[in-house]
Amino acid sequence: MAEIYVGKQEEFGERDRKIVAQGDLEIGIFFVGGAFYAYENNCVHQGGPVCQGKILGKVEEVLGEDKTSKGLRFSETDIHIVCPWHGYEYNLKTGRHPGDRNVRLRPYDVKVADGEVYVVV
Amino acid sequence: MDSGLEPRRENPVRQIDVSTDTREILARARRQADERKFDDLFIVDMDSHHTESESWADIIAYLDDEVIRAQALDYLKNRTGTPPYGLNGDLALRYQDCGGRIPHQAARREEAGGNGLHRDVVLARRAYESMSIDRQIVFPTPMLFLGMHPQFDMEPLLGNAYNRWTVDVLLAQDPKLKSMAFLPFNDADEALRTVEEFGDAPGVVGFMVTSVRNKPVHHNRYMKVYRALEERGLPLGFHAGYYWQDPSMMQINRFASMHALSFVWCNVVHCTNWVMNGLPERFPGLPVVWIESGLSWVPWLMQRLDHTYMMRTSEAPLLKRKPSAYMAEMYYTSQPLETDNLKALELTFEMTRAKTQLLYASDWPHWDFDPPAVIWDIPFLDDEARKNILGLNARRIFDLEK
Repeated sequence: MAEIYVGKQEEFGERDRKIVAQGDLEIGIFFVGGAFYAYENNCVHQGGPVCQGKILGKVEEVLGEDKTSKGLRFSETDIHIVCPWHGYEYNLKTGRHPGDRNVRLRPYDVKVADGEVYVVV
Repeated sequence: MDSGLEPRRENPVRQIDVSTDTREILARARRQADERKFDDLFIVDMDSHHTESESWADIIAYLDDEVIRAQALDYLKNRTGTPPYGLNGDLALRYQDCGGRIPHQAARREEAGGNGLHRDVVLARRAYESMSIDRQIVFPTPMLFLGMHPQFDMEPLLGNAYNRWTVDVLLAQDPKLKSMAFLPFNDADEALRTVEEFGDAPGVVGFMVTSVRNKPVHHNRYMKVYRALEERGLPLGFHAGYYWQDPSMMQINRFASMHALSFVWCNVVHCTNWVMNGLPERFPGLPVVWIESGLSWVPWLMQRLDHTYMMRTSEAPLLKRKPSAYMAEMYYTSQPLETDNLKALELTFEMTRAKTQLLYASDWPHWDFDPPAVIWDIPFLDDEARKNILGLNARRIFDLEK
């Protein structure tokens, strides 16, 4: 187990990210909902640079009580990273694809000590 | 605190957007190529694209008709807020970029430099070098709709202007780029003339029908075109597209749904007519390639046609075998390869004789592109099949040194 230094905690605002690399390994570190999450920059689909994609709320369809569609909205709690190669989306808190929970980014632990952020590899 | 066997690097977050260099977008494809030693293989990309409307001023200069050419130049110079002169199609319905999530489909605004090369050549090189591709067939994009143009003459006018520009600029500047020239298929006489004009052009390795059109491929008027291609040993490709304005597609609300169906349906119709009217018996030496419909439709259509043909053989009197036997002798490009069910994919490869009939295609830079690793990583293929599909099958049926 090794720790890679990421940066100072205070550098991260909500939905901010950094990408650190060691050798061929690239890891994206994200700050979402007041917590850190880290994933390999490697999309499960075809190996695209997933951590360099857009960060967006999950798209939700709003249904009325009568099951009619009331249109679309972005979730404010389920935040996704979108792979820029093909659009595969992953929940940033779970690393899982919203359509198949078995499709999952490789996660890494993040450690914060004395205001300094490290990713554990 | 870093144990640091190798130095840590921090990559300032470079969110990939429409201005990102192709080589950076495809950096991981380059790594895939290095890991798999693709530089040792001969890889042919049967289907890539450029956005020809970005070079529209150059292309319309090749228009034969001086009045249309003057109108096009004036339109380009003086009108604002409109798409390039003469192009029809979906215009404001191009949602391939998935709400801006897939930037390489939305636009490519990277600096291309030059060194005297056309921007599209520079961008193509960046892509094919990233993916370790040795030959790349380049197709247009908005012109894929020209088969539905309301002005009958516009398809041959624009199509041939595009062909001339392609030969003079793209193919002349880079011998690794090849073209299946645009065939103005709505007018059989013009299609034949196009084969005669471009059949021997350097870098033209076949001809392409844009599949979005309502023209029966078995009509007698086309026989002279097929014969001309067969005599010259030039393959005929049917490049699929979507058409949301098709009445059946107009029931569909999501781009994803429409694209999934429409990009296949046009080739399903043409392939059905091609087989059931015995065109493989009439032109046994004409290679036919079905482009950009993926592969999963082929076993489905094979089963549908075989089942029906055995009960209604009299309606396809030119056939001497089941429809699936003819379909298994045609060629199919791989992209977008449906890989979510490997068991189904393996059966599909068996039914389509993928080892000899399947041709790798990237469709770069479009939203559902496939890098070559998609083929290489299929677990049930042996190395011979991988090499065939990635390039040797294409080299066998196309004159790629032309």
